[in-house]
Amino acid sequence: MGGALSGFALRARTAAANLEYVEGWGMAVGAFSPVLRPRSVEELLECFRVARERGLSLTLRGGGNSYGDASINSRGAVLDCSRMDRVLAFDLATGVATLEPGVTIEKLWKTILPLGFWPRVVSGTMFPTVAGALAANIHGKNNFAVGTIGDACLEFDLALPTGEVKTCNRERNADLFHAAIGGFGLLGAFTRIVLQTKRVHSGDVRVSAASPRTLREMMDWFEEHKHESDYLVGWIDCFAGEDSAGRGLIHRADYLEPGEDRHPERTLRIDHQELPANILGAFPKSQVWRILRLFNNDLGMRSINAAKYVAGRLESMAPPYLQSHAGFAFLLDYVPNWKWAYGQQRGDYGLIQYQPFVPNEHAHAVHCEILARCRRAGHVPYLGVFKRHRPDPFWLTHAVDGWSFALDFKVSPSRRQELWKLCGELTELVIQAGGRFYFAKDAVVDARDTARFLPRARLEAFAALKHSCDPQQLLDGDLYRRAFREWCA
Amino acid sequence: MVAPMSQHPPHAPSSDPAHASAPHADAHHGEPPAAAPTRAPTWKRAIVVGASSGIGAALVRELAAAGTDVVAIARRAEQLGELARSCAGARGRVHVLAHDVARFDDAAPAFERALAELGGLDLIVYAAGAMREIGANEFDTGKDLDMLAVNVGGCVAWLNPAANFLRTQRSGTLVGISSIAGERGRKGNPVYGATKAAMNHYLEALRNRLADWNVHVCTIKPGFVETPMLAQARAQGRKIKGAISAEECARSILAAARARKNEVFVPFKWRLVGFVIRNIPSFLFKGMNI
Repeated sequence: MGGALSGFALRARTAAANLEYVEGWGMAVGAFSPVLRPRSVEELLECFRVARERGLSLTLRGGGNSYGDASINSRGAVLDCSRMDRVLAFDLATGVATLEPGVTIEKLWKTILPLGFWPRVVSGTMFPTVAGALAANIHGKNNFAVGTIGDACLEFDLALPTGEVKTCNRERNADLFHAAIGGFGLLGAFTRIVLQTKRVHSGDVRVSAASPRTLREMMDWFEEHKHESDYLVGWIDCFAGEDSAGRGLIHRADYLEPGEDRHPERTLRIDHQELPANILGAFPKSQVWRILRLFNNDLGMRSINAAKYVAGRLESMAPPYLQSHAGFAFLLDYVPNWKWAYGQQRGDYGLIQYQPFVPNEHAHAVHCEILARCRRAGHVPYLGVFKRHRPDPFWLTHAVDGWSFALDFKVSPSRRQELWKLCGELTELVIQAGGRFYFAKDAVVDARDTARFLPRARLEAFAALKHSCDPQQLLDGDLYRRAFREWCA
Repeated sequence: MVAPMSQHPPHAPSSDPAHASAPHADAHHGEPPAAAPTRAPTWKRAIVVGASSGIGAALVRELAAAGTDVVAIARRAEQLGELARSCAGARGRVHVLAHDVARFDDAAPAFERALAELGGLDLIVYAAGAMREIGANEFDTGKDLDMLAVNVGGCVAWLNPAANFLRTQRSGTLVGISSIAGERGRKGNPVYGATKAAMNHYLEALRNRLADWNVHVCTIKPGFVETPMLAQARAQGRKIKGAISAEECARSILAAARARKNEVFVPFKWRLVGFVIRNIPSFLFKGMNI
């Protein structure tokens, strides 16, 4: 029996399965699937064994934080590794952490920060698992300085669908090491991950703000400061047009030197880092999305973006201030479930994030053109985030020596068709400029696009590796079928 | 044991194309994944647990007549067969599944069978209930545990997986048939009342848990309804007047659930009875023969 198998049949054989609606974080895509949640390597291998016997399609899933269809499987089961979540070891002398795949970034930082360490690379939310983060090869606001999470990974064990478990690092199985990082779980499942973390001397970072009036000003500011900054992130008011197109706010953060924080034992505590559960002491943050929903339209978001720009100009005049690591890093976690402001009806409403990565020489022109086309088409992104990147050695990496512009587009039944068309046009623009896309965010590119923006030699090598690691093609899913299968199968 | 239900192989609800909200696997530019159809004003697919007689059976007939596909679940297969035959001409299809709610381990697999049969779920009603005859000075642990198993254990075993499923799809309605008997600890049948109080508490907690997920939980507290349970009480010599029919009760239940009511007495006048009973001070309640 091919295709979907009910969780009932699987439960009898292996870890408990639940039939659930599984969706991308942005809610715009999703499907019903049996979800398997193994708790150990043995249970995970048992899932693979059942899949081999039944020819069952499996898609790996971690925290479910990819915006699009990276962890969705409308034609099979979902293998959720989030219950394999033990921290196996942490070496205080070297800062090397050995983790099970389902350890979240939250669990990692909460484990190591009191010991004076911080993950080298974190995303804007703390809820991804390290396996998901590695499979997506995530980056943070320090991508330009330290690279992606793959650059911070020393070694991992990868369970192949064949049942074999391979240890990979930069010397041993180096091909698999560089292909599985950023390989979106298409080659195997991480079962043990070894990460290098960074020594910190305070629980705070020093934050300063700058308020550029155009995209050019923003890019110049980044270039001027990138050598001495630890983190740089730009926010752009996408509603502003003409002369002020690209106006926004830059936040820079730097680690404190030893001795600068006179009470690191206080700031390194978790309670110093935690985001408060209530606003003004009383209003529960869990309900703030209901208020945001009132503003979730073009007029409301135009006002919020404009107000943020004005607030940013004031902030940029103020002196630098201290902020906790978690407070600076996890902006997306301030308002729980803020995505529900985009609507709650399954599959109808939500958001997609479109994030093109464009090489330095074309970045200004392409990103300006993207902004202009969005405004002309009447699909103005409600949130725009600008970052600087550097290349890395991973085979399917999105990172280029250039700039990315992450755009949150609202999806609704009436806008859906047009929005996908607009993204198609923008994709053409980006690919012609030598740009790339990031499958943790993407929901729109197809296999022909992928074959154009990734180097041919790497695609061929990846396809060959896929055949040897997963000869039955058991690891697939909606992302694979959309953006990989045509050149990979 | 889960009885073999139908000739259909189990399959995930997403294989129903009308219900699929998944992206088309080969979508290209300009072909966004198809959006799911907007939420229907009435329920398309329902599960009724405890459907062989009384309120449960009436609910199945009402739902099927209104065009809802229903999986009717009960222990007694012959009564289920009768129910299915009586709904043969209805607009909605009725599938039956024999299952004993006291066998907790079978509940989740049976739930998935029902889901696969329906191709999704909009409404689940837990209507299974047991009231054993308890004498004035009787303390029978065996009888009491039977009631706990059906009224509480089965309810949790069924509504937990249903709650998780509806939560992930962010839509749907859960209905629990509790009782006026859960309002106070009356001397007549201590554990029956306690099981209904436990249901009220559990359902309220589910309601609060699922509120953010756009899933509604409705607690129904019927008074006297013409059901086999009432007939049993009459047979024990209790004089009961003013009972409504199971059909009338079922219609009120569905109307309340559709209106997203939280806790409803059926018929409505029992709300007053409930209020009075809840507010009688204990020192008086002890001496009363309610």
